[in-house]
Amino acid sequence: MPNVMELQEVEVWDGNMAASHALRQAQIDVVAAYPITPSTPIVQNYGSFVSNGYIDGEFVLVESEHAAMSGCVGAAAAGGRVATATSSQGFALMIEVLYQASGMRLPIVLNLVNRALASPLNIHGDHSDMYLGRDAGWINLNTCNPQEAYDFNLMAFRIAEDMAVRIPTIVNQDGFLCSHTAQNVRPLSDEVAYNFIGDYQSKNPLLDFDKPATYGAQAEEDWHFEHKAQLHNTLMHSDIAIQKVFDEFFDLTARRYNIVETYDTKDAEVVIFALGTTVESARVAAKNVRELGIKAGVVTIRVFRPFPYVKLGEILKDFKAVAIMDKSLPAGAMGALFNEVAASLYQVQDSKHPVLSNYIYGLGERDLTQVDLVKIYQELDANAKAAKLTHPTQQFIGLRGPKLSFC
Amino acid sequence: MVNEVKNLKQFSKSAEKFEGAHLLCPGCAHGMIIREVLNVVDGPLVLGNSTGCVEVSTAVYPYTSWDVPWIHIGFENGSTAVAGVEAMYRALAKKGKYNGQRPKFVAFGGDGSTYDIGFQWISGCFERGHDMTYICLDNEVYANTGGQRSSSTPIGASTSTTPAGKVSYGKKERKKDILFVMAAHGSPYVAQVAPNKWKDMNKKIKQAIETEGPTFINAMSACTTEWKFDSNQTVEVSDLAVDSLVFPLFEIINGVEVRITYRPKNIIPVRDYLGAQGRFKHLFKPENEYILEQFQKNVNDRWEYLQRREEAKV
Ligand SMILES: Cc1ncc(C[n+]2csc(CCOP(=O)(O)OP(=O)(O)O)c2C)c(N)n1
Ligand code: SF4
Repeated sequence: MPNVMELQEVEVWDGNMAASHALRQAQIDVVAAYPITPSTPIVQNYGSFVSNGYIDGEFVLVESEHAAMSGCVGAAAAGGRVATATSSQGFALMIEVLYQASGMRLPIVLNLVNRALASPLNIHGDHSDMYLGRDAGWINLNTCNPQEAYDFNLMAFRIAEDMAVRIPTIVNQDGFLCSHTAQNVRPLSDEVAYNFIGDYQSKNPLLDFDKPATYGAQAEEDWHFEHKAQLHNTLMHSDIAIQKVFDEFFDLTARRYNIVETYDTKDAEVVIFALGTTVESARVAAKNVRELGIKAGVVTIRVFRPFPYVKLGEILKDFKAVAIMDKSLPAGAMGALFNEVAASLYQVQDSKHPVLSNYIYGLGERDLTQVDLVKIYQELDANAKAAKLTHPTQQFIGLRGPKLSFC
Repeated sequence: MVNEVKNLKQFSKSAEKFEGAHLLCPGCAHGMIIREVLNVVDGPLVLGNSTGCVEVSTAVYPYTSWDVPWIHIGFENGSTAVAGVEAMYRALAKKGKYNGQRPKFVAFGGDGSTYDIGFQWISGCFERGHDMTYICLDNEVYANTGGQRSSSTPIGASTSTTPAGKVSYGKKERKKDILFVMAAHGSPYVAQVAPNKWKDMNKKIKQAIETEGPTFINAMSACTTEWKFDSNQTVEVSDLAVDSLVFPLFEIINGVEVRITYRPKNIIPVRDYLGAQGRFKHLFKPENEYILEQFQKNVNDRWEYLQRREEAKV
């Protein structure tokens, strides 16, 4: 192992720097990458670690994101640890290869720094890109701040490389709000981090010339379905391995993560369900509206794929009203998150369902303020008291012009 | 394992790494070229393949024709898949995690995936200097999807997207000159081969694979189905292609030095080559006669150009 970097107990890192250090500590064999705002600094920081001898692997600076993921697939099939990073349009260009990577069950780790999709061109953060790749058969993890961007990157290798999983994994962080916002981060030392992740043991590598492997075969109607079903099945059951890694990370760091996480929900009647940095804003709002007599809480999930339908449904069913916050707009539909959360309630054997409403917010990083969040809690409270929807099911926050709503 | 094929009898026995069971059409030249590549490589070899006739006829789950490590990702990225493997080899060798013999890395693509959709990926790999050989199986058409034009399709060919008709003589544009484009990347070795001239092909492929850095081979691959000739005519049609100088055999060293490796004793007219294939049948109508002349002129000009480049050594 090359040079060990001396880290302080507390480092002031933004989300990108936190991710870069985690990738460095994982001692990845091959990174193939291409820059795009806001994930560019991950690649740049990594480049400086390479230039200064802290990385011993190969850093392949390809000509596009499609090539980045293609190189990652070839490298991972060859039999070593592989990672990359991207955002938005870059992720869109990669999508074809995402399916190929998961189909080949290659444990690649991808940092997706979430950003809006053109047109119109917008470099700022929303979750549109995350939904673009959600069905590609990758595990998707969600983080709220730089500390978590660091922690989840370390854990992502453990999860992806688990022999019972072997599924590529995405770590999502919010563009700018996390990626470019510096906070105190408590890193592990290089040795402790590496020991937590462990050495990578590849299976059927291309570089094994005694047992030549064929990667990426064709399978028509006689086998294709079985391959896809097998991937789905493993993905759906990967929650066990994921929680195990969360638990071991807790033992090591005292930082607790769960597949579904709740804040102040013990006696809550109304909750906001959100992903990413919005979770922290919603917690502040929940605390404040409690002073107004609203029994408010917050729920989030750390694992967007596999979607934790049952766990989430069990937790949500007892509230009176739930707002589902979508930071993307699937054109012509209810919010993507809304649809999945609503489906989770039908996974539990209970006729009692909360009143659900859908808020579309933050597209192209339009501000979501505390005033907005307080208003949402008040509307939820009205829904709860009336035991039905008192406002349209789908609303847009902070949108100028004609009032848009659905239902 | 056979390393140097000295005669055709030996060639016919030397298919240990590419099993007989594949689904290429009878008479397809792709298979001949692949066998030759596998014959000339000494030691460990990793192959990458882009989507196309070869991929769909050699790796149909749960079967595989390949007795060497082989990877296919998509239509455009066979080159980068191999570059990824090569990068991983370097990383693992550096870290002492791979201790075996240094492998050879070869990527195959059809002309569609080479001249068109995959061109950017190949260009990137060559610019970055990966130690690999890219081999284009050039049948001048998208065969796997049913015969659409590519930028390698020659002028006048009738394809399923440029069909000859009442007001069209087929494809309007000339074939892209991929050899010089690849040479311009500064590649140490670029060559054009044809499987009927198998000793020349054998030598060039060996040289390409043994040369360090990114090297390129354009292999003429006659396609019985889309060129429309009988499946026992592959070698004859290939001979016509080479002897009419439609497919001149040459190499380019270090990006500049052109060497012609085969000069036909009797150069035959281009129309003999075109006339042997269904895809050019319509060119022999009186109203299309000028395209035949144009084709012949293009071939003459290019031959002249190659000879001058050879003489000039620059
Ligand atoms: C991104 C993408 N676009 C289109 C296709 C469809 N497709 C598969 S093979 C092929 C043509 C292959 O032609 P070529 O590369 O010349 O190889 P050949 O089949 O002629 O050997 C096409 C268009 C695809 N698989 N992927
Ligand atoms: S269509 Fe042409 S290139 Fe494809 S397998 Fe048949 S002969 Fe070969």
